[in-house]
This record gives sequence, C-alpha cells and structure tokens, in this order.
Amino acid sequence: MNVIKNLFSPKKRSRTISLLIVIIAYAILQIMSSTHNISRLLMSLLVPVCAYITAAIGLNLNVGFSGELNLGQAGFMSIGAFTSVIIAGIFNANGIEGIPVLIVCIICGSIMAALIGWLISVPVLKLQGDYLAIVTLAFGQIIMSLINNLYVGLDANGLHFAFVTNNMTLAEGGRMLISGPMGATGVRTVSTLTAGAVLVIIALLIAYNLIDSKSGRAITAARDNRIAAESIGISISKTKTLAFVVSASLGGAAGALYALNYSSFVAAKFDFNSSILLLVYVVLGGLGNMSGTIISTALLVVLPEMLRFLQSYRMLIYAIVLIAIMLISNNETLKTKAEQFRNKLGASKRKGAE
Amino acid sequence: MAFLSYLISGLGLGSVYAIIALGYSMVYGIAKMLNFAHGDIIMAGAYAAFFAMTAAGMPLLAAALISMVICTLLGVTIERLAYKPLRQASSLSVLITAIGVSYFLQNASQLMFGSDTKIFPSVLSGSFSLFNGRLSVSYLSVLTIVICVVIMSVLTLFINKTKTGKAMRACSEDKGAAVLMGINVDAIISITFAIGSGLAAIAAILLCATYPSVYPTLGSMPGIRAFTAAVFGGIGSIPGAFLGGLMLGIIETLAKAYISTQLSDAIVFAVLIIVLLIRPTGLLGKKVSVKV
Amino acid sequence: MAENRTPVLKVTDLGIDFGGLTAVNDLCMEVYPEEICGLIGPNGAGKTTVFNMLTKVYQPSRGTIELCGQSTEKMSTIDVNRAGIARTFQNIRLFMNMSVLDNVKTGFHNDISYSFIESVLRLPRFAKQEKEADQKALELLKIFDLDSKADLIAGNLPYGEQRRLEIARALATNPKLLLLDEPAAGMNPQETEDLMKTIRFVRDHFKIAVLLIEHDMKLVMGICERITVLNFGMMLAQGTPEEIQSDPEVVKAYLGE
Repeated sequence: MNVIKNLFSPKKRSRTISLLIVIIAYAILQIMSSTHNISRLLMSLLVPVCAYITAAIGLNLNVGFSGELNLGQAGFMSIGAFTSVIIAGIFNANGIEGIPVLIVCIICGSIMAALIGWLISVPVLKLQGDYLAIVTLAFGQIIMSLINNLYVGLDANGLHFAFVTNNMTLAEGGRMLISGPMGATGVRTVSTLTAGAVLVIIALLIAYNLIDSKSGRAITAARDNRIAAESIGISISKTKTLAFVVSASLGGAAGALYALNYSSFVAAKFDFNSSILLLVYVVLGGLGNMSGTIISTALLVVLPEMLRFLQSYRMLIYAIVLIAIMLISNNETLKTKAEQFRNKLGASKRKGAE
Repeated sequence: MAFLSYLISGLGLGSVYAIIALGYSMVYGIAKMLNFAHGDIIMAGAYAAFFAMTAAGMPLLAAALISMVICTLLGVTIERLAYKPLRQASSLSVLITAIGVSYFLQNASQLMFGSDTKIFPSVLSGSFSLFNGRLSVSYLSVLTIVICVVIMSVLTLFINKTKTGKAMRACSEDKGAAVLMGINVDAIISITFAIGSGLAAIAAILLCATYPSVYPTLGSMPGIRAFTAAVFGGIGSIPGAFLGGLMLGIIETLAKAYISTQLSDAIVFAVLIIVLLIRPTGLLGKKVSVKV
Repeated sequence: MAENRTPVLKVTDLGIDFGGLTAVNDLCMEVYPEEICGLIGPNGAGKTTVFNMLTKVYQPSRGTIELCGQSTEKMSTIDVNRAGIARTFQNIRLFMNMSVLDNVKTGFHNDISYSFIESVLRLPRFAKQEKEADQKALELLKIFDLDSKADLIAGNLPYGEQRRLEIARALATNPKLLLLDEPAAGMNPQETEDLMKTIRFVRDHFKIAVLLIEHDMKLVMGICERITVLNFGMMLAQGTPEEIQSDPEVVKAYLGE
C-alpha cells in the first residue's frame, strides 16, 4: 500500500502517470496486434511514434525545463540515424543481426549525438533567446547539408568515406551504406514496438531522474531566475549544457530507432520542418509536461495519417487544428472558466516543477 | 572580373533577401514575434502575380499592384484572426500558431492551384556589358538592387519622419508606455503587418523573375534565408535587415561559385554562427542589459 | 577590538561609472568576522549598486574588493559565491516555481558531489546525499520558521516568508559573509522584531558576518555594530549607531536643511 502511495506522492506522481501511459498503451497495442485488430497503417506508425516521443522528451528537457528554444532537434535525430546505419552495416557484414544490433546502434547513436551536441553547445549557449534559437536552426541545417553530401561505403577493406563527390571504388562484395542525397540504403530493419516502448521508458526515466536531482534543480533555477541562480554559485552555462546534451543524446537514440525501421531514408527527412514538428509536439503537450508530450506526439503523428480519407484536405485540417488549439488554449475567457471549474471541483492544482 | 559579376548577382539575390528580411524584422521589432508564415505570404504574392499576368493578361506593374494588395490584405487578416488573440500568450504559442498559419497557406494554395510547378512569365531579361564586354550585368540584378535601395530609403524616412513611423518606434521600445501616450498599438501592429506583407509581394515578383517557378512551398527556403538575414543584421533593426540580406546574398553566391553548390547552405549558416559568436545580437542589433 | 583581525570584507576606493555617470565613488569599508554591519543612505545613494559590485553582478570601474584577504577582481558572480559571499535581493528573486524545500536545496548545489550519471542511475550516493540535503534544508527552514511549509511552491508564500526563505537559501551556500538587501521591507513591526532576532541568531549560530541595507532605522540601529552611510554614491559617515545618529552630516542628508 505504502509503495503505491509513494508512487503517487506529489514528487513522483507525474513520473508514475507518464510511465503508466506508456505501459498501458504498449499493452493495448500488443493485444491489438496479436489479435490482428490493428490496421497496417497504424502498425507501420508505431515505431516512428516511439522515436518521435523519445526525441520530443529530450526536446522538452531543453525547451520546457531549460527554457531555451531549440529549432534543431531533428539534426540530432539525423546524427543518430546515420551513425546507426554505419554501425548496423558493419555488424550485418559480420553476420550479426537483430536486437543486439539495435541496442548497440541506439547507444552509439545517442553518444554520437551527445558528443556533437556538446561541441555545438559551446557556441549555442553563449547566446540568448531568439539568437540562440536561430543558431540551433543553423546547426540543424548544417548537419543536414553535411550528411546530404556524405558517402560511406563498406567492403572487405573496411569503411570508406567520401565527401561531396563520390569517388570511391568498393572491392567486390562491398556496398554503399550512405550515398549522399540518396541517403541510407539497404538498411536491415530491426526496430520493433517493444524496442520503441523500452526506449521511451528509458528516456522518461532519464528525464525524470535528471529533473529530480541537483542538476534538475539547477536547470529550473537558472530558468526561473538567472541572477539569483548565479548568486548561489550555480553555473548557468553548465546546467544549460547538460540539458542541451541530454536532449541531443535522446534525439540521437530516437534517430537510431527510427533509422532501423526503414530499409532506406534520406537526410532531408530530418529537415527544419521535422525540428519544428517536434517543437509543436512539445508545446502542445505542455512545456515541462512529459505525459502531455507523449500524448500530443502520438496524436499528432497519427492524426495526419488517420485523416487520409480526407485526401488533400488533411494537411489543411491539420493546420487548422493546430491554430485552433493554440487560440483556444490561450483564450482568456476560457482560461478563467476552466479555472473556476477546477476550483469548483476542489482539485488541488500543482503546476511547474513536477 | 568573374568575382565582380558574382558580387553583383549576389547583391541582386541579397536585395531580395533584404526586402523579405525587412518584413521579418519589422514584425519582430513591433509585435515581438517570429512570423514564420512570412515566407508563405511571398508564395501567395507569387501566385497572385502569376495569375494576374497569365490568366488576366495584365502588364507587370498592374500585376505587382494586385499582388501587393492581396498580400497586404492577407497579412492583415492573418494578424487579426490568428495573432491578435494571442497578444498576452507566451511567445512559443505565437510561434506555433505562425507555423500553423504557414502550413495552412501552403496547403490551401496546393488545394486551390495544384502542387505542380507553374512557370512565371519572363519579366525582364537581357543584360548590358561593361569593361569592353568583360563583365556582363543583367538588368534584373540592377533593377532588384535599385528597388531594394529605394524601399530601404523610403522605409527609413517613414519610420523616422512620419507620425505613424514614430508611433511604430514607440511601440517597439515599450508597448505599455506607447498605449499611455495614446498610441493605438493594435492599429500600429496592423500597419506593420501590412507593410511587411506588401514588401513580401515585391520580393515575390523579384524572386520569380530570377527563379521563374511558382509552387506551394516556394516561400519556405527564401523565408528561412531571410529570417537568417534578419538575425544576421540584428533582428528588429531595419538597417540590420538590409545589411544582413545583402551580406547573405553575397555569401551564398560566392560560396556557390567558389566552394561548392551543395555546401552553400552549410556555409551560409556557418557564417551566421560565427557572426553571432562575435556579435551576439547580430551586426546592428541592440545589446540588452538586465537590471538587478 | 575587531580591528586587529583580518576583515572578512575589505573594500578600498571602490567606484563604478555607468556611461558618464559616477554611481559610487571612493568607498572604503571593512566588515570583520561575526560582525553585523549596516549600509544606509537615502534612495538612489548607490547601496544596491555596492552589493552588485561585491557579488560581481557589476564589474567595478575602480578600487579593490578583498574577501578574507583574497582579491575578487578576476572572480565571476559564481566564484564570489563559492568564495563565501551570499546575498538576498531587494526585489525578491526566489525560484518561484520550485518548492520551498527545493529552493534551499538548490543552495547546496556545490556541496552535493554526486555526478549526473549517478543521479540518472539512482546510485546509492545519490540517495544518501539527497537525504542529507533534505535534512540540512529542513534544519535551515526551521530557523526561519518555514519548515512546515517545505512542500509549498515558493511563489505562493506571503511576502514576509519569501524574504525569509531567500535568506535561508543564501545561508545554504555556507557563506562567510551574508549580504541582506532590505530584509525587512514590507514587514510589519512584529515581523521586523522577529527578523532582528533571527539575524542575530544566524550570526551567532553560523559564525558569519552580515552586511545589510535597510531603511528601517529601528532595525539598523538595533542590530548593527557599525554603519556606513552613503549619499549620492559617496561615503558620508562611518561609525557606531550612536556616532551615526549624532552626525550632523547624516542628519542633514536624511532630513534636508
């Protein structure tokens, strides 16, 4: 009994709820798929949804907790995705297949993204506000542009790299892993819903464990009041770097999961629009609200596909829904009404840190 | 000589960026929002001019005028319907709304006009040579640069000399104080959107004169480029947008000519990052200080 | 008596200009261990500016600041705090969205040594240090009579309690010198009375020096052992409360002629 009480204590409540959402959703989807009650379309979306949720959880740490507008999260997904393509290629060439490949790829993808995120954070976090936002946008574009010109081939002699022009000749039996604008080809798909759900849960645990630690307090403090945080000896740049790097590494892990779900994909998949979409998921789900991020990501990835019967009107409706949600959720009269309603219910409201 | 010719076409491209960036920067300066739908106003302007010239057979100037009117109306309507209710909302909510508006415009135009690329009629072709024919300059580049300089000068005069312009500056400094001075802030924001959108129409025609294809996502890339240019010069600053636009155009053209076409994007953004590291608020941006 | 010890804080010829305007000039003062000192003066005299220079929010234009004999010239705000100065702010700067307890625990940031990895993997050191931090934070809150409100959101506290919480947070960084910027502002006489007792207790309990800016003369004269008076950025007088109260220059500055 006490364990349950502890799980729903104010400090743990949101963590427990978001984990429950993932586990229940996973269970339902598993039952649906084993009884063949799931459409092929939905089935094909499950892994990408998990990938986007993971990337969005990372982005929420950055935007929601650290308070920095990041317009380049898709770039980190891209790094994770293409790193994992190379690693999976090496493994496959040596006859190793399946889940172990996926695990190694996710780890390497997230480490690579974290590393590059850390390098980028040095210039990025020197800036503030919209200037910081545009530099993240710029890095996202640079990453996309560089990968678009990257050629990686694998043969008996090992990996071969070329940049801008593909001048490599592979030994017999070798194959291209990444071919510039053509992207990654011949990827053997290994990602599954189970792997995706596990990754989401790990991402949630990392996010919540970070938030509920000295680093999390420092991040919130730095966002709430920069000068006060410095006055008690907290280095703003360190805390922001941490949030940025963790966000990047989750993006990288998400990219790896995403990559190994498709036999081929291009770098342009992770463009500015994808970064913006991730931001939309985070903002609609609520800044700092992980459960909200999970739900809004799942809905917004699935919604356009579900609207396919509307054919060419679907993206238009998607846009209208987006605008309507923003207008309604920011409507002052509705806000006061909702507040009154909540007070009437006498529910205790707790916003912010948790 | 080749360098000079690249420089001039860079200035031409940069002038288009500068005109778009002016729209971004003015709206940012006064409404404090990143209007991500600005690029799509350009697209709307391009379609308006295209149909005015092809379907209605209008001459260029009339088509430009129609395009400006349509863009201005569109800009003001969007502001009224989508952005005005969000004056008190967080900047992120406004940003997401602007993204929604951008999707809306792109998809609406795709429904109305189809997703196929339409070929914009040739507006101004030909070139003249200098230095005994060693340097050839297109009339279009010259026209674009001239238009940009004229717009820039008129706008500066407008901002500094007219009552409305002064009210705009007051709003950009401190909206609360501007209200107390009897300035109708809502009207000023509408005017800002009107000017920015009208400029977008001009930019649309100049852009289509250079790259004569019209399609629903036409505005995205120039939009991002111009946004970059505005930040480059110091967002909120009119001379900054001008300078940022020109520099960006030149850097892009030179990068394409001398380094690599495929990498020009990466080079442009790398230069932006370097500039922001040296001047964290852009070339001509104001430094913000915090009061303790 | 105190003068033959090393001062906690020694300020020499301190000055700062904003543009062409000299906000503070030629300020000299010392604060000795376990002393409670006051910095007073009419509005706009530059008192908060002095605090901002001491904590390096502003970089002084002239003069030196020594903390226990060590110059703070090259230090940042963060370094100054680590070296032993903690402060509160005139316009309260709490972490309004965090709980009262977490506000204080944030002050322990540099004391807590577990790494990011340890916190993500929830290794034993994390649990141990968090528990210690909880206990220490509650002890601090108890001094300020806030322990019963540990779980409330700081922004929801009444004004007077927010001021006290800010002091508790500053103390959590284990300072040698505590700077209080108008700690009694907005408090009623009873609350001010309690605050005076608390400040004395804090000084005795933690064995630290306190420098405070205050307009409430009852508080200043009641607990400060030495007082520095600023007027238009210049030092007008320095001395014990009795000396200050009888100084004709000070009376003139405060009451006009």
